[in-house]
Amino acid sequence: MNVTELARLPNYDAGTYFCELTRRRPDDGGVPDKLLVRLDRIGLEALHARAAAAETELIDLGITFTVYSEATAIDRILPFDCIPRIITPSEWRTIETASIQRVAALNAFLADVYGPGKIVKDGVIPADLVFGNANYRPEMKDFPVTHGTYVHVCGIDIIRDEHGEFRILEDNARTPSGVSYVIENRHLMLRAFPDLMAGIKLLPVDDYGRRLRAAMTEIAPGGHDDPQVVLLSPGIYNSAYFEHVFLAREMGVPLVQGSDLIVENDHVYMRTTVGLCAVHTIYRRLNDDFLDPEVFRPDSMLGVPGLIRAWRAGNVAIANAVGTGVADDKAVYAYMPRIIKYYLGEEAIIQNVQTNICREAEGLQYTLDHLHELVIKPVGESGGYGITIGPRASKAELESARAALLADPAQWISQPMIGLSVAPTLAADGIGPRHLDLRPFVVTGRDSWVLPGGLTRVAMKQGSLIVNSSQGGGSKDTWVLAEG
Amino acid sequence: MRQEPVLLSRDAEGLFWMARYLERVENLARLIDVSQSFESPGYEAEAWFALIRINADEKPYAKLVSESGFDGVDPDAVKRSYLLDHNNPTGIPYNLEMARTCARTLRPLISTEMWRQINVFHRVIQNITTADLEGDRLSRLCMRIKDNVQAHTGITEGTLYRDQGWQFYQLGRVIERADQTTRLLDIKYHQLLPREGEAKRVADLTQWNAVLRAAAGYHAFKRLSRAAFSPEDVVGFLLRDPSFPRSVMLCIRRVEQHLDDLRRHHNLSGTNEAIERAEFLREFLTDRSTRHIIDAGLHQYLDQIQIHLMELAGSIGRSFFRDWRPEAAA
Repeated sequence: MNVTELARLPNYDAGTYFCELTRRRPDDGGVPDKLLVRLDRIGLEALHARAAAAETELIDLGITFTVYSEATAIDRILPFDCIPRIITPSEWRTIETASIQRVAALNAFLADVYGPGKIVKDGVIPADLVFGNANYRPEMKDFPVTHGTYVHVCGIDIIRDEHGEFRILEDNARTPSGVSYVIENRHLMLRAFPDLMAGIKLLPVDDYGRRLRAAMTEIAPGGHDDPQVVLLSPGIYNSAYFEHVFLAREMGVPLVQGSDLIVENDHVYMRTTVGLCAVHTIYRRLNDDFLDPEVFRPDSMLGVPGLIRAWRAGNVAIANAVGTGVADDKAVYAYMPRIIKYYLGEEAIIQNVQTNICREAEGLQYTLDHLHELVIKPVGESGGYGITIGPRASKAELESARAALLADPAQWISQPMIGLSVAPTLAADGIGPRHLDLRPFVVTGRDSWVLPGGLTRVAMKQGSLIVNSSQGGGSKDTWVLAEG
Repeated sequence: MRQEPVLLSRDAEGLFWMARYLERVENLARLIDVSQSFESPGYEAEAWFALIRINADEKPYAKLVSESGFDGVDPDAVKRSYLLDHNNPTGIPYNLEMARTCARTLRPLISTEMWRQINVFHRVIQNITTADLEGDRLSRLCMRIKDNVQAHTGITEGTLYRDQGWQFYQLGRVIERADQTTRLLDIKYHQLLPREGEAKRVADLTQWNAVLRAAAGYHAFKRLSRAAFSPEDVVGFLLRDPSFPRSVMLCIRRVEQHLDDLRRHHNLSGTNEAIERAEFLREFLTDRSTRHIIDAGLHQYLDQIQIHLMELAGSIGRSFFRDWRPEAAA
């Protein structure tokens, strides 16, 4: 505890968790103090009023995701917390280099498993984990992609434990979303809380659209100095539609739906008022399954028949590449430290959350011995399905987990419970600590670039460790302090 | 920099329809406002039934009243169906919902200010309650709806990029406006009048003035008109005045101009059929006297104009939009 905490946040207690605002860091430039003084000057009542006004503005601007029920469509905002999360220059250097390293390894891994498959032959990762993976796409085999880039946009979920150590929780190498909120949150902050930000030097977040467009241009098939880039969206009924709009606008490219595109003679065209116009790069926000009914789900109405044919003919680039799901899978995640080492000859700059691979005898034994303190996750599931949280499980639940583990160890991994870091967050009863994570976004064409900061997701409920927007999580503006 | 951004067919259609739906919302508010002013003690039902007739809503309305068990026309039920019922395709909430859906698909093209305004407007409409339909509040509600569409129009004028998308937006707007002006005129046709004498003359004059006011043409008409009032003059003014913004003639002239811009400045071939149809419509408006039109049947004549407008819109759709379907509820 320090002086600032006492003076400015009288009832604030981060407990044993690492606090992203009140914990002193040598290169924080005194910004956290400055911020606390300013928050104090505004006062709780005014903070509440301005936060409410800011949320109304998000609704008016339609910066929303849509939740559909049987009869109605409700536009929800991602709850916005007005107290920013601060990242110091040295912390950012770590996150930035670790993110780039991670993407380099993911791309090398994908080029290998869709090519010679050396990593499997060398026994670093089991063959069935790769080739038997539901997200492995045989259609991708022996089809080299421009600059060796498969994962053009990657969102990497990073958490911070009780000791202040960053840990990578998950890679999102398919169609990660959330980047629009990073930029909109900053704009909102500038409009609604200019007095909190005055004079504080931050790395800008406005460059994302330009960088993404540049990457999409770099991967276009050769021979075009000004290739036609489009963003392919499932349409207005997709919950991330706002983000698709945002990115199309920021890139200055048409927002298309599958029905706007047509493949003729293995070339992709879009239907315009002057007839068919050639398309060279597609930034798709559509899952692999839906991309091309000729190759994947035949019932998909969202995709474009013949798209994969055009791609294999080298006439169109698709970002992210098809089949990246084999790299961000939970089971493969556990091998990421080894994958990084194998391709890059480096240690991971930010470590995984310690993961016990139960298909390996040692990992299984450790898991069985420490069942009551571990989180047990099935490798093939997502969205929290099938997870047993040891410390919160009943005896019977632990026993059934044990039985499942023994029956088919390869289906399971286990991880310790992590006490995510917290930051002061405005709540109805004042300012309290709330758990959060960070999703930086890496854009890769020829080279990788990381948007400064990323999406800070925050659990709005006290004590909750779940930051997902589907579970009532919100977000914060993420300040990366400029050096010097 | 590119000379001109490409425009998806789907977006051209979206712009065309967004403008149409909003123009329709504004005119529905005008029609409701004027229907109220037609109400006279003892004849409330007739005034409101005209609104149903000009929207060709007799059938759905009959269903509505048979379900409610009300015998005859219930003015409150009519108001509710146009202002509160979100499923009535000729009502205000439905048309605004459609406009907003268009705007949602068009968000990469339209300005943030346009999107924001339509979004806030949508909330205004969603929050209408039965209390807003009572007494003097109804007229104020209609005013607020008109204000909102006009705010949209102004924001669009000041912020929408003037590429071919702008032309399609304007085409939708003026085609719908021409159609709505014929409906406004038609509403007069359906009004009852006292049988004869001074009472008839006064009632007739009052009703025509209400039509002019609803079309925002009352003062302009006064400046042009002779001392003696004649219905032919009102019909002539609303149908073919060259300078009145809501006259059918002015709308058709604008259609021709936007089509010509598309052909000449945006290099869109395929405008020929639509241009011919607009020319035909312009001639149709001037080839007979208003006296002749009224004698031969104003209602039938207005119907003819509406059919020609539909064909004009269909021709634009076939040339430039994907999946063009003529509108079922027109």
